[in-house]
Amino acid sequence: MLTIATGNKAVAAAVKELSPDVIAAYPITPQTEIVEQIAEYVTSKELDSRYIPVESEHSAMAACIGASITGARTFTATSSHGLLYMHEMVNWAAGARLPIVMANVNRALGPGWNVWAEHTDAFQERDTGWLQVYVSTVQEAYDTTLMAFRIAEHADVLLPVMVNLDGFLLSHSMQSLDTLKPGDFVPPLHLPHAIDVANPAGYGTLTGPEEHFKFRWEIEQSMRRSRKVIAETEKDFADRFGRSYSVAEEYRFEDADVAVIAMGTLGKEAEVAVDLLRNEGVKAGSLRVRWLRPFPDLDLAGRDIVVIDRDYSFGSGGIIAHSLMARSRIEPYSVIAGLGGQEVTYDDIAGFVRDRRPGSELWFGVSGNV
Amino acid sequence: MTEIPKEEYVLKCTSACAGCPSSLILRYVLKAAGPDTVLVVPACCTSVIQGIYPNTALNVPVYNVAFASAAACASGMTEAFQKAGKKTNVIVYAGDGGTVDIGIQALSGAFERETDFLYICYDNEAYGNTGMQRSGSTPIGARTTTTPGGKTHAKKDLDAIVDAHNPSYLATACASYPLDLFKKVQKALSLRGSKFIHVLAPCPPGWRFSSEMTVEMGKLAVKSGLWILYEREFGKVTINGPSKAAMIKPVPLEDYLSGQGRFKGIDQKAIDALKSQSELRAKHLQKEADGIC
Ligand SMILES: Cc1ncc(C[n+]2csc(CCOP(=O)(O)OP(=O)(O)O)c2C)c(N)n1
Ligand code: SF4
Ligand SMILES: [Mg+2]
Repeated sequence: MLTIATGNKAVAAAVKELSPDVIAAYPITPQTEIVEQIAEYVTSKELDSRYIPVESEHSAMAACIGASITGARTFTATSSHGLLYMHEMVNWAAGARLPIVMANVNRALGPGWNVWAEHTDAFQERDTGWLQVYVSTVQEAYDTTLMAFRIAEHADVLLPVMVNLDGFLLSHSMQSLDTLKPGDFVPPLHLPHAIDVANPAGYGTLTGPEEHFKFRWEIEQSMRRSRKVIAETEKDFADRFGRSYSVAEEYRFEDADVAVIAMGTLGKEAEVAVDLLRNEGVKAGSLRVRWLRPFPDLDLAGRDIVVIDRDYSFGSGGIIAHSLMARSRIEPYSVIAGLGGQEVTYDDIAGFVRDRRPGSELWFGVSGNV
Repeated sequence: MTEIPKEEYVLKCTSACAGCPSSLILRYVLKAAGPDTVLVVPACCTSVIQGIYPNTALNVPVYNVAFASAAACASGMTEAFQKAGKKTNVIVYAGDGGTVDIGIQALSGAFERETDFLYICYDNEAYGNTGMQRSGSTPIGARTTTTPGGKTHAKKDLDAIVDAHNPSYLATACASYPLDLFKKVQKALSLRGSKFIHVLAPCPPGWRFSSEMTVEMGKLAVKSGLWILYEREFGKVTINGPSKAAMIKPVPLEDYLSGQGRFKGIDQKAIDALKSQSELRAKHLQKEADGIC
């Protein structure tokens, strides 16, 4: 059904279609609309979920963990400080192999208080064992939330998935949305290690180095297997519903001499910059990385690369730039832009391409090339 | 007659809503505390009210901290000031959510350690900063954006929780009675140890009444007996004037409820629950005040 919605409402609408057994969440700007919409659905009985209005995000994730280990489908949503406040439990959810789905509305971290878009919040959770995907439109937020449940709950994965959308730029943007009936696209959840009183077991019992190490390796193996599950899921989604997605969305990339790589709404903005540059005769293209974990293997050889990071690892560098340097062995022009909601337009992005200096780093609007 | 100082520490450039109780309460808190004061403020409406960097609408140092951390941060600050031989007042100024929900662990720890500070919770009975979701302090029957059908659980008894820590001073107050609030802050700051003041903050957008009615709404809360003004010092309870009067001759609770959009459509069961809770609280406090418990 064609309607219009915000990014937040699209996430809530997708969650409604998949009817999680338990939802526990806590408000925080700019995610609150998701929690509110879900509360509305539950009150009006459009959604038959147990909704727990917890007292903090640590408890939100803990409640999801407690529900999930019984084999229940679970969902939560948060942002920024909320995500960081639940950090201990975020780690726990992955370690316990629980297919929880969480929407995270990307927002900067304090101090000082800032409610605008930045990716540093989710990037700080990138080593926890969660799969992470970043979306750029309202439709993509909806479709990806549906896919996230199937990927998380797949027997070859059984890891939690975080769906990221840019604060305000997407969470509060009104765009068209085509909702759908997922049918059996997401099969019922079967958690093989669900608590079963007929078969008592200790969960999270004291574990020695050898077993601990093995469990970590199993997480990594599932992460690796998830690449195939993601590809299959995206393909099946396209076959059934006609909208296709991939780990990294190419735009006029094939023959490009220079490519912009970015995530989320900035990745979409880059496509406009590409058109602008093409009109000027610059053979530009772009790649919008959707999946941060597992990080994609990209073939970037033979062209200049401009990476835009809406994040930073202090003392190291832009996190996407550094991941690409390590995995794809490139020397990009690393642009740090959009922190704390700084406005970055397609004109700005075209400027990064024109003025690119591969091997150096630019803090847009703050410093020159360093 | 108590003289309220003319000095203003809440300047005329806050970004509070019209009729905001939080800035009104803070005005009198700071008048009572004076300039040798640091406020510790977790995420709440007061984070917004201060305005946007590099400006600030408050004329004392304000340390803004993460939502769950105010009382713990204030513990560190208090110890550091004392170690340096300073007598600076450390006051936590926190909302109800930052107190009864996410901040309660830090609050409990600080009071158990008898941290020498004053903790003020201004209670607008919901999460104002994020647009009025329910908190543990939202009363039964009230509609918020996460309880669109009206809250089904009772308001947490915060005072009983704090009292269980044996604070040196515990009081309730209300934005509509500034002199009473002023005196309580002064008294609290004259004592050593952990002090706590719980202030009712009728919030026009959150409770859905018009912004010139803030003071009136707080008065109705007290006069109906739903909010009781009292203080507890060295274990002795004193019920304050307006609440004494309300215990003898309360105004109907319905007068308070009907003036607020958040209680629209409240069912009789919730009204009865509100009534019986406040009657029970009044009875307990009365007994304590009479020294018979
Ligand atoms: C860890 C964390 N979770 C959520 C938030 C979002 N948040 C900021 S203030 C607030 C509600 C504050 O409510 P309350 O303490 O009652 O103060 P009020 O806003 O009503 O003054 C919330 C949910 C946050 N800043 N940090
Ligand atoms: S929501 Fe209520 S407490 Fe918050 S600033 Fe507005 S009037 Fe004040
Ligand atoms: Mg509040």
